[in-house]
Amino acid sequence: MALNYDQAVEKYEPTLGLEVHVELNTNSKMFCSCSTVFGAEPNTQTCPICLGMPGALPVVNAKAIESSILIGLALNCSIAPYSRFARKNYFYPDMPKNFQTSQYDEPICVDGYLDVEIETDEGPKTFRVDIERVHMEEDTGKSLHVGGATGRIHGAEYSLLDYNRAGIPLVEIVTRIVPGTGKYAPAVARAYVTELRDILRSLGVSDVKMEQGSLRCDANVSLAPIGSGKLGTRSETKNVNSLRSVERAVAGEIVRQANRLEAGERIVQETRHFLEESGETRPGRSKETAEDYRYFPEPDLVPVAPDAAWIEELRATLPEKPSTRRKRLQEAWGVSDNEMSSMVNAELLDTVEATIALGADPARARGWWLGEISRLANEKEVHPTELINAAQVAEVIALISSGELTDKLARGVVEGVIAGEGSPRDVIEKRGLKVVSDDGALMTAIEAAIAAQPDTAERVRGGNIPAAGALIGAVMKSTGGQADAAKVRELLLKHLGQG
Amino acid sequence: MSMIHKTATEMAQALADKSITAVELTQQHLDRIAAVDGDIHAFLHVDSEGALAQASESDKHRAAGTARSALEGIPLALKDVLTQKGVPTTCGSKMLEGWRPPYDSTVVTKLKNAGVVILGKTNMDEFAMGSSTENSAYGPTHNPWALDRIPGGSGGGSAAALAAFEAPLAIGTDTGGSIRQPAAVTGTVGVKPTYGGVSRYGLVAFSSSLDQAGPCARTVLDTALLHEAIAGYDERDSTSINAPVPQVVAAAKRQDVKGMKIGVIKELMGDGFQKGVLDSFKQSLDLLQEQGAEIVEVSCPSFDYGIAAYYLIAPSEASSNLARFDSMRYGIRVGDDGKRGAEEVMSATREVGFGKEVKRRIILGTYALSSGYYDAYYGSAQKVRTLIKRDFEAAFGVADVLVSPSTPTTAFKIGERANDPLAMYLADITTIPVNMAGIGGMSLPSGLSADDGLPVGFQIMSPAMQDDRMYRVGGTLEAALNDKLGKPVWAQAPELAVK
Repeated sequence: MALNYDQAVEKYEPTLGLEVHVELNTNSKMFCSCSTVFGAEPNTQTCPICLGMPGALPVVNAKAIESSILIGLALNCSIAPYSRFARKNYFYPDMPKNFQTSQYDEPICVDGYLDVEIETDEGPKTFRVDIERVHMEEDTGKSLHVGGATGRIHGAEYSLLDYNRAGIPLVEIVTRIVPGTGKYAPAVARAYVTELRDILRSLGVSDVKMEQGSLRCDANVSLAPIGSGKLGTRSETKNVNSLRSVERAVAGEIVRQANRLEAGERIVQETRHFLEESGETRPGRSKETAEDYRYFPEPDLVPVAPDAAWIEELRATLPEKPSTRRKRLQEAWGVSDNEMSSMVNAELLDTVEATIALGADPARARGWWLGEISRLANEKEVHPTELINAAQVAEVIALISSGELTDKLARGVVEGVIAGEGSPRDVIEKRGLKVVSDDGALMTAIEAAIAAQPDTAERVRGGNIPAAGALIGAVMKSTGGQADAAKVRELLLKHLGQG
Repeated sequence: MSMIHKTATEMAQALADKSITAVELTQQHLDRIAAVDGDIHAFLHVDSEGALAQASESDKHRAAGTARSALEGIPLALKDVLTQKGVPTTCGSKMLEGWRPPYDSTVVTKLKNAGVVILGKTNMDEFAMGSSTENSAYGPTHNPWALDRIPGGSGGGSAAALAAFEAPLAIGTDTGGSIRQPAAVTGTVGVKPTYGGVSRYGLVAFSSSLDQAGPCARTVLDTALLHEAIAGYDERDSTSINAPVPQVVAAAKRQDVKGMKIGVIKELMGDGFQKGVLDSFKQSLDLLQEQGAEIVEVSCPSFDYGIAAYYLIAPSEASSNLARFDSMRYGIRVGDDGKRGAEEVMSATREVGFGKEVKRRIILGTYALSSGYYDAYYGSAQKVRTLIKRDFEAAFGVADVLVSPSTPTTAFKIGERANDPLAMYLADITTIPVNMAGIGGMSLPSGLSADDGLPVGFQIMSPAMQDDRMYRVGGTLEAALNDKLGKPVWAQAPELAVK
């Protein structure tokens, strides 16, 4: 009988370890001036340096150093006064020099931590994840295996290589082992990656898009019988491309390993590949015969020795911690956890905050950005902020609050702004979207509605107030929705002797 | 009138006087190459068309009074380890047969900017690994002084081109003596500048922490002129030194060593040194003393470990630097029959593309960097390197420059040491410490050895970024030797058969 997750964590204690690779969003690559823009034609963003041409030499991107230090500071790390690059030697066609310029025994940031909060059966609980190191390295190119059934190298007829990604700056953030999470290991893993992603985003150092690979997580999991006080053999799961997958991959490995151990088999130290569809992992490269990377200090680069004063300057620029900020905003705006995460996930927290700062009501600001504007943005496959800005939305909301626009009219104004018709005021002007609240004009429309539906009017006179709805609807229709509905109702009922 | 037997300084004067044009001067050298290089084999590629075009451009500059440097219009031979855009660059290896680099090395850019005319690419030991130029995949170069003898290595082609009057200037590179040892055995001048004094950008790396490009010529002054043309900080090379170029031309002209302290390194003479070499060396010391220098003896005990440490560090770096030659992006490709995988094609290509000595060093370096051996080999070698640096520091505490014979022997016969790598490695015993410490070193001819009539080299070493000191001593000694011997060593070379 195979163990399920609950049974697995009743018998075994999982230990986690997480390695996160972050592509920095610098304009140029780690060691050359090639562009880093995602999605360009293959091999158009290359030069002798990132192609590893004979004689070409690397030069460190200063912005990448700055970003790495910011990450280290945000993760409570010590910044090494002296760190070095090293060469990690192994042969692979998508690695132009057949060594990766990385950092080995002298990383730029060490000994930090990140506190993450998760919901447990006993309420919210904080876990401290210790950070062992943050180091810099360069990304490899990409191989495209053509002709095989699965896109894998085995069975492929030939492979194509794209070196646009080769040399893009990466930062690797490695945790120490995280013990004592018990059954919450998957949740802690997810919370850690989520919090890390939010921190990186708040620092502005990376796009942190897991689906595009700008944030990649490798999850190390091992199991030991509860109470044994030992550490089991770990597996390392790669290809974990979403926050949900982080959680699923860890849970999947716990179940797989527990069942192997139950069956008396041993855990192989290996790299495994996460399968999005099934939530399972399949074996990749075995690490039993540990590859010897023959690390040695990179002789083409000089040590990185950041000035202490500069580090302090950078520390002073650190933004508020995302978790702290979210709590503060959530309280101030009175929104639920779910509403808060929707804004965070849609990358609209900053924008909503800016809109509110311009005087908008929090509920309306959130509603407009996550509702109508997000819908339009989805249609156009762009981010909402590419369509309209916080100031314009704040202006629309102010007009609604003052009664100058109805929600319906406001949608038209937003559409107009997006269509490039100018400011909200310009759109109102051009489209004639003013709310009709002039008594005379409304009375003419009301009288017309009564004349068209005399029976309905009679019922209202007779005290059937709900019947007034049909007449109000007719007035709204005849005014093209520009009438102030409340005002119409008031005037109509008064006119029919019910006011 | 043929100018080929003149110095570069004299040629520049003739160009300035308009007694010859750069096109004529270039043509004279191309004719000389055509006449003698069949026997010498100094060149792997002669770029007649490119050279004449550059010369024509140069004549325009001279005519317009906009000469770009003192060396405007002077022809030069370029070691085939530096990239020149569009011109074949093989590094003496089959691996790079047919490769035309898409970019200029910084040295080439500087030469072009100075108006120097590049005649072609010179032969060398494959990837600069060797002391005889016998390791070239394209056949050995012959010493113009005795065609059955080696011209030194790895830069035997550049040195032989100077001695055979195929070019008045040449560029070499020196990792363990590859400029100075060839200069010594061909009766020419060669300088390894301070590490970081000349950009390595575009110098195909053998051992990054030791490689240094430098100037070669027949006289100290010509060498100094070329030195100033190619030296200087380069932001493309992180290891280049951001400081003013030492005033080597002024130093070469100074002709005065009064009061200078010249340290003779005890460990770099004695057992294993040819008598004629030692006699010539002592004669030069006497001349320097006559000129007012004070001769002191210094001891550098760690030099005894120089060769051992060098043959760990250089191969270690080489094993990594040469990993990029995998047939994926440039160079030859072997075994790509549609059935073999990338790894097999890489392997087949490297089997065919690399020669025996290169393979020996890759294997040596791979071993030295392996996990479990790193500390004992690479780690210990780095410690020796530190000790050698300290020895130099101590020696420079009592002497302004240090001197030794440039090589233990005069040119040996082709084939004599080809199957005895250790004997071959000993050819660099005197030159290696300079590379290990990153300081400057010069070899200039001190006469002919009484026992075999072949040129002997005198080595002068100066502290980092004090390259002017060795030029000062070298210029003075050269003049004193010319007085004593009646004419320069290089002018005593035997006439070559002209075809």
